[in-house]
Amino acid sequence: MARGRIRAKLRKSHLYSFCLFRSSGSGGQSIGGPGFSRTVYCNEPQVLNQKPYRSNIISTTKYNFFSFLPKALYEQFHRVANLYFLGCAIASLTPLSPFSPVSMIAPLAFVVGLSMAKEGLEDWRRFMQDREVNSRKVHVHNEEGGFGKKTWEDVRVGDVVKVEKDQFFPADLLLLSSNYEDGICYVETMNLDGETNLKAKKALEATLGLDEDDNFNNFKGIIKCEDPNPSLYTFVGNLEYEGKVYAIDPTQILLRDSKLRNTEFVYGVVIFTGHDSKVMQNSTRSPSKRSRVEKKMDYIIYVLFSVLLVISLISSFGFAVEIKYSMPVWWFMRPQDADEYYSPKKPVISGLSHMVTALMLYGYLIPISLYVSIEVVKVLQATFINQDIQMYDEDTGIPAQARTSNLNEELGQVDTILSDKTGTLTCNQMDFLKCSIAGIPYGVSPSEVELAAAQQMANDQEDQGELKTLVASKKEKAHKSPIKGFNFEDNRLMNGNWLKEPTAARIMLFCQILAVCHTAIPELNEETGNYTYEAESPDEGSFLVAARELGFEFFQRTQSSVFVREKYTASGKPIEREYKILNVLEFTSKRKRMTVIVRDGEGQILLLCKGADSIIFDRLSKDGKLYLEDTTRHLNDYGEAGLRTLALAYRKLEESEYTAWNNEFQKAKTSIGADRDAMLENAADMMERDLFLVGATAVEDKLQKGVPQCIDKLAQAGLKLWVLTGDKMETAINIGFACSLLRQGMKQICITESGSEDKQEVKEDILKQITNGLEMIKQENDPHAAFALIIDGKTLAYALEDDMKLKFLGLAVECASVICCRVSPKQKALVTRLVKQGTGKTTLAIGDGANDVGMIQEADIGVGISGVEGMQAVMASDFSVSQFRFLERLLVVHGHWCYKRIAQMICYFFYKNIAFGLTLFYFEAFTGFSGQSVYDDWYMLLFNVVLTSLPVMSLGVFEQDVSSEVCLEFPAVYQQGPRNLFFDWYRILGWMGNGLLCSLIIFFINIIILYDQAFRAEGQTADLAVLGTTMFTCTVWSLNCQIALTMSHFTWIQHVTIWGSIAAWYIFLLIYGALSPRISGDAYQILVEALAPAPIYWQTTLLATIACTLPYMAHIAYQRCFEPEDHHIIQEIKYYRKDVEDQHMWTRERSKARQKTKIGFTARVDAKIRQVRAKLNKKQ
Amino acid sequence: MSSSTPSSSAGGVGSADSAAPRRNSKRPKYSKFTQQELPACKPILTPRWVISAFMLVSIVFIPIGVVSLFASRDVVEIIDRYETACVPDGYKNDKVTFIQSNLTKQCNRTLTVKKRMKKPIYVYYQLDNFYQNHRRYVKSRSDSQLKENSSWDDVSSCKPEDTSNGQPIVPCGLIAWSLFNDTYNFSLNDQQLAVNKKGISWKSDRDSKFGKDVFPKNFQNGTLKGGATLNPSIPLSEQEDLIVWMRTAALPTFRKLYGKIEQDLQPNDQIHVTLDNNYNTYSFNGKKKLVLSTTSWLGGKNDFLGIAYLTVGGLCFFLALSFTVVYLVKPRRLGDPSYLSWNRNPGGH
Repeated sequence: MARGRIRAKLRKSHLYSFCLFRSSGSGGQSIGGPGFSRTVYCNEPQVLNQKPYRSNIISTTKYNFFSFLPKALYEQFHRVANLYFLGCAIASLTPLSPFSPVSMIAPLAFVVGLSMAKEGLEDWRRFMQDREVNSRKVHVHNEEGGFGKKTWEDVRVGDVVKVEKDQFFPADLLLLSSNYEDGICYVETMNLDGETNLKAKKALEATLGLDEDDNFNNFKGIIKCEDPNPSLYTFVGNLEYEGKVYAIDPTQILLRDSKLRNTEFVYGVVIFTGHDSKVMQNSTRSPSKRSRVEKKMDYIIYVLFSVLLVISLISSFGFAVEIKYSMPVWWFMRPQDADEYYSPKKPVISGLSHMVTALMLYGYLIPISLYVSIEVVKVLQATFINQDIQMYDEDTGIPAQARTSNLNEELGQVDTILSDKTGTLTCNQMDFLKCSIAGIPYGVSPSEVELAAAQQMANDQEDQGELKTLVASKKEKAHKSPIKGFNFEDNRLMNGNWLKEPTAARIMLFCQILAVCHTAIPELNEETGNYTYEAESPDEGSFLVAARELGFEFFQRTQSSVFVREKYTASGKPIEREYKILNVLEFTSKRKRMTVIVRDGEGQILLLCKGADSIIFDRLSKDGKLYLEDTTRHLNDYGEAGLRTLALAYRKLEESEYTAWNNEFQKAKTSIGADRDAMLENAADMMERDLFLVGATAVEDKLQKGVPQCIDKLAQAGLKLWVLTGDKMETAINIGFACSLLRQGMKQICITESGSEDKQEVKEDILKQITNGLEMIKQENDPHAAFALIIDGKTLAYALEDDMKLKFLGLAVECASVICCRVSPKQKALVTRLVKQGTGKTTLAIGDGANDVGMIQEADIGVGISGVEGMQAVMASDFSVSQFRFLERLLVVHGHWCYKRIAQMICYFFYKNIAFGLTLFYFEAFTGFSGQSVYDDWYMLLFNVVLTSLPVMSLGVFEQDVSSEVCLEFPAVYQQGPRNLFFDWYRILGWMGNGLLCSLIIFFINIIILYDQAFRAEGQTADLAVLGTTMFTCTVWSLNCQIALTMSHFTWIQHVTIWGSIAAWYIFLLIYGALSPRISGDAYQILVEALAPAPIYWQTTLLATIACTLPYMAHIAYQRCFEPEDHHIIQEIKYYRKDVEDQHMWTRERSKARQKTKIGFTARVDAKIRQVRAKLNKKQ
Repeated sequence: MSSSTPSSSAGGVGSADSAAPRRNSKRPKYSKFTQQELPACKPILTPRWVISAFMLVSIVFIPIGVVSLFASRDVVEIIDRYETACVPDGYKNDKVTFIQSNLTKQCNRTLTVKKRMKKPIYVYYQLDNFYQNHRRYVKSRSDSQLKENSSWDDVSSCKPEDTSNGQPIVPCGLIAWSLFNDTYNFSLNDQQLAVNKKGISWKSDRDSKFGKDVFPKNFQNGTLKGGATLNPSIPLSEQEDLIVWMRTAALPTFRKLYGKIEQDLQPNDQIHVTLDNNYNTYSFNGKKKLVLSTTSWLGGKNDFLGIAYLTVGGLCFFLALSFTVVYLVKPRRLGDPSYLSWNRNPGGH
């Protein structure tokens, strides 16, 4: 607590030359008016009984207990097919039905019930998640005057709550006070906007006194403010407290789902609760997404509906004709006694009512079980995704999760990935990796690109022994440093060895700049005795760690001084040095530099400056450019390796010079008016010149494990990766390099805003830049040339306008990589939508923070990174993985499999229902279109549910064209998905044609064989039951053999389902035949007595089965022989174990099996190899 | 030796601790099933497989086809279409009036045996254009009534032939009502040829579907007379003509068993048939045929089966052959990587 106070004072001190908080001018002019009607009685929640606001319970469920049934039913019958079957089920209760009602209603009830159960289960999970949040505990001021624990759901508007360090705020609060005297607190808003740096909030002066539990007993106040709205960065309201009115601005508002950091506790008044809070107002209900395959499936359903309609029309027309002309002469039908339906007098009515019958009869064309089978299959597929041990992160203990199962196959068709940066690609941790001091580079920790390039070359040209040793030496040294933020390794500098360097003085200066030029605060870790640093940005922290490790330990900061302990000195004794801070010129994104002016122990005034290289280089004195050339070279190397660089410089100041400037500066500081900022800027600018360049640092924005490799694989699989980040352009570019999205020699097209006031002018300028970029790409002849598009948020705002966005997209798709920086969450979503709609391809968005939610929801597939705090991204996502690198397996293995499985499954489904359904139609022509089914009701009932459903489901769940290892080794195989090779109309229509053929073969073979002749030696002729059963047997055999032909992967499950289905048919016939004839009718004893002893029955089965599968068999045999697809060849290679015998070939093909890509590690290594080869050639 | 920067990712140590117990529970359990690594056979349609499969089919199918064809050829069949011939000349243009009149319907036909016919010789009647499979017709029966005497009044499904004068009809329904009623008497060389009418129906039908205690009641006593009448003193289980008729045919052209002649017939035997041409097929232009046929192990005369087998077998043989030829002419080494898409058109896809 005491320490906190000190620090609080420090924060207020003149350390900050620029005002930290700017009052927002928007006062409470409109308070009380429309949209600003909220009144909160602080500490008197009971007053609210008169005007209740929403409680703090949040609910993200779709249904509640009562609405589940009607709502879920509505959802189910929203599908055309289901609605159709509902109609059929209702009609089956009338005499029009060709089937018994149970055979229509039972499958529908089963299908709908199963889907609803799934919906219910998913909603239940959401409910449990809500409950977990609602039952979190927080300290709330109670009437007895103390603070007691309450669950979040019980928090009411007006409550005073006390939130402690690292807790989330339970609602939107007005900050009253904190443990710091000046009422500052730090919050982390990662869940809201994805930014990981801490934001300072400051209480009103008036409420600072309320900083202890007891002070609240008599606290009363009234807040009048705006109504709930989704704007995170604005707040309009005022507080009436002790008779005065204070304006409240956003700096006093603590938002729900942000987190208190670096502050022991805060007190706050609840303003917005539950769904009124800004974060909940921001959340949009995740749209229900459907996969491309499923959308296409709808079209197929429509096609089938049209077929159904057509054949029903034919049928009812035929029926009407028969009724009109034949019925009167069919005396055996007693036409004179016929009801309306059969009455020859009213053929039109008969025809119309027969339409209903026909629509029901041919309903088997529409696979009722398709939806439910797909749903079951997808749930099982999702289970496999969840269970995949190779997507389980040992560090966080979180497995991958398919949160919605209806997009599995979409994973196999992704074309563009839109990725967030911080938390997704990077860990948001900076490591000090290299530095250049006085023109000498230090730091030997390997850069991964160099390592891989050398390795690749060594593999390619085995005679180059030199390179090999390089690889070997680098491999040895590649071990991880245990110090967080520090991955530097160089014996020349470590352990005080720098003293022996010839440039020791410069090195010391370099370290001094690192140790002094910052705004961080040291904290003593009492366990280790080490100092840790609380810095504004992680790279500043890494500098201090680096300085500490090099022997310059910053250990104390007072109001006016920085204390540094030097471990290694010429004398060998540690020295503590004090640097009096005279001025701090802070870092801003515009200035891109930070300067401190200090007076050291000897009274010398020093200006220490660190900043972006371009800025510093402009400000060097003539002498200061001594190391400029070397440093620039090193900086380029670092930049190429994806490191974040800063240049360090200093300047010695004369006393008089400083005083003169300081006067000027103070004047500017104390001036009031609009140009104060400009004056300060000018003053700072005056001093920060004539610098002497000391060196440069290279900090690694630590990538998450396996990210470059994963990006590489994804690029090889032909996927495009766009990075959308809220970060600065420089950082984004660095990460681009680190991830191999960018590389040296890649032409960067930076589109920036000119800064002009005129909107039209800016737009024209941007348009010109885009056109130029396109022109440049067109004129490029080098096939290896790659372009990168880099654009920032402000420019993007223009580029996304309707008249320009297509042009922008045109440029972007031409570029190998696209990086958008400084983009807002909204823009992320807009870019995603642009890509999705503009290219018409499948997009996948991946991100970890709440700022990615829009993009995740907008994309065809949203992937959330789980494992970090805050679940917004995950909650909005369709899939969650704990690390970016698991994306590779998710897409390349599971996506590929699922796509193929679902595609094959749907094709087969249509095939089987056409093959079966059309036989019913043909038979109609032989029954005077009367609507008599050739099959027993029970056969039909079982057809979809038992006899043909399990094999196709086992296909959908277990089929693997190639093993997972092969998928990963040959990423190019993934392209079968995005190119939609397995669900194009050619294939779909092919399968439908196959179904048509199959139905014709089965029907006519049976009809002709069992026409009028005896079918047994005992002279009996075939009746309806015999014909139907034989035909059905043929169908069961044909369809199941057909699916066996389409499978390429048989585990025992496939065998059981396929052969079991056929066996099940015979078992059913036996059982059904053994039942009382009252149930089985003409099927009584049919197998035992009539069919099994008749050779013709078995012959017909064999004939029809072979004849049905023959065309498909010939087709696939031909295809494999002469137009093999990639997976065919790989299957064969594996089958003949060629990969083991001829490993060279296998490796060679693996290295070739990538899409031509210009991004990623491999592409970069290739580029590097080209470069080195060119050099080698020159030497020779 | 660890330092931390405050704004880097949150409380690593704390969350790791709390994750520890959770970790085990969330870790997917390894099993070959969940990891989709079950042992599997992955057959491949190699040319050898394809050719052998086609060959195998043709090797199996062609003999079956030949045998079936021979069996079918062994069957001797005499078909006599008589519906026009049995109408007296004066009524040739108005057959319906004739059939509905009270004129005598007797008619004599002579059949010549072309080939030796071995017993049993099955006698069929064949009707044409008779929609026994019409939905209205098929449904018009009551299985429970046929089975048990107790449910003799269960006639709800029999409309419009459910009751007569308010009394339930047994057997009810259109099917029974329209029972075929032509009769045939055969004589060979003036010697009566016995026609065995026992055992022409399915045994299960006699035993279980048509009750031994169910006797015809009120049958054909309505105003509209359909087909045959039944002897009310014989239980349904013994009315085999009815039982055969009640097995509705699948197609509008059908044969039904009339009886068996348990005697060999020699070539050039002249069989005299005295038939009662009672059944009205004239109103719907239906043909009537009398068929005498022997059977083979396959059943009746059925060339199609043999031909179909031969066709499919031949087709498979042809396919096997053409695959072999094509494979010899333009072989593709299995697993030849040069066929991989990235090798075939190196410029990308």
